[in-house]
Amino acid sequence: MDEILRGLIEALRLIGAGDAELGEIVFLSLRVSGLALLISTLIGVPVGVALGLTRTRAHGLITAILYTGMGLPPVVVGLFVYLMLSRSGPFGLLGWLFTPSAMIAAQTIIALPLVMGLTMTAVRSVDPALRIQVRSLGATAVQEAWAVLVEARIGVVAAIVAAFGGIISEVGAVMLVGGNILGKTRVLTTAIVLNTRQGEFALAIALGVILLALAFAANVALLRLQGKT
Amino acid sequence: MYQLTNLRHTYGTRTVLDLPTLAVREGEILALVGPSGAGKSTLLRLLNFLETPTSGIIHFAGQTINGAAPLALRRQVTTVFQRPVLRRASVRANVDYGLRLRGRHDDGRVDAMLEEVGLAALAKQSAQTLSGGEMQRVALARALVIEPRVLLLDEPTANLDPYNVGLIEEIIRGQNVRHGTTSVIVTHNVFQAKRLAHRVGLMLNGSLIELADTATFFSAPSDPRTAAFVRGEMVY
Repeated sequence: MDEILRGLIEALRLIGAGDAELGEIVFLSLRVSGLALLISTLIGVPVGVALGLTRTRAHGLITAILYTGMGLPPVVVGLFVYLMLSRSGPFGLLGWLFTPSAMIAAQTIIALPLVMGLTMTAVRSVDPALRIQVRSLGATAVQEAWAVLVEARIGVVAAIVAAFGGIISEVGAVMLVGGNILGKTRVLTTAIVLNTRQGEFALAIALGVILLALAFAANVALLRLQGKT
Repeated sequence: MYQLTNLRHTYGTRTVLDLPTLAVREGEILALVGPSGAGKSTLLRLLNFLETPTSGIIHFAGQTINGAAPLALRRQVTTVFQRPVLRRASVRANVDYGLRLRGRHDDGRVDAMLEEVGLAALAKQSAQTLSGGEMQRVALARALVIEPRVLLLDEPTANLDPYNVGLIEEIIRGQNVRHGTTSVIVTHNVFQAKRLAHRVGLMLNGSLIELADTATFFSAPSDPRTAAFVRGEMVY
């Protein structure tokens, strides 16, 4: 209990002191997960809507693949991205390994199936009569898809929230492809692992509290957006 | 307005509609009656170009439609369905919706429409909080605000109270008289068909059994099944 209490106090002290190193870690965490979320949303929402609106023979297979993707172990994704970006890998020339770019790529792979799959489910849950009604009022195919997306917005925002929660808190992938290099690729989760290993429990707890607070703030912001739309 | 020739529509191996010929005249109110599964709603979906017939020809407004109808033609027709599907938005935003789809803004027309359906006072209220009758009036206003040449109505007053039935019938009639809007109404209520329509058709098992002007349909039907239906007997 003492460790937890000291951790909480340490968290407040670090935040209050405006610690530069901590600021860098928090900023990098938000940059990596924020960009991964943005890319996943820009790709995942339109694809999820398209999958939700169409019924093909491969529907069952696509759903199974997406749902499997939603449960991808981050460490496996990290291993895959590591092999792709290593010197001998097909994308080795990019020189991304142990840089934030590799971390963004890995987190995008983790977040994308979540955004896609949950958006698809949200779109499929919209009353099919709405599409017929909107088409009957003279909507184009794009207007029809937009109308469905607007009706499914609560589920779509939930998809984005779930994806953000998944990537801001994952450690396996960013640890493997980022390397936890101080000042370069160290994010909150990898810093927590490092400090725990070194016995710096108070600092690890402090970082954990900050991570939770960030996740909470991001979710509140997204939920407010959900309410406004 | 419409000329349908050898129109046939199937779902899998089941033929749900088989119409050798049917003409819908410009400016008329045509009522289609008949039991469930007769093909009435399928016919409305084809008239609204929401589905493409399996075979046959649809002439609409002087054009022959092959395959998917062009947007410009589709936008001349709209349907009010039995169950109004409204967006999670205000009454006003719902009524305005068809205009916005067309990139048009006409607050005056939306206001006039809300007034006509008796919902001006509820304009800012969420459409999801309305009663069934009020929702259907929103759906009707949403359809009429775009000034369609053809208004299709699929059992628009089913399950509504007499007050709302009367109000909706009055709006449909008024639209037809003032603007010459061609209307095709599917109804199970033969009395409604009698009150509203210029011509009435009986459909059974995907076929049009009889089509006649309203007076003839009810007083001197030529087909015994029509006579039985008008008397309120079961017909199959």
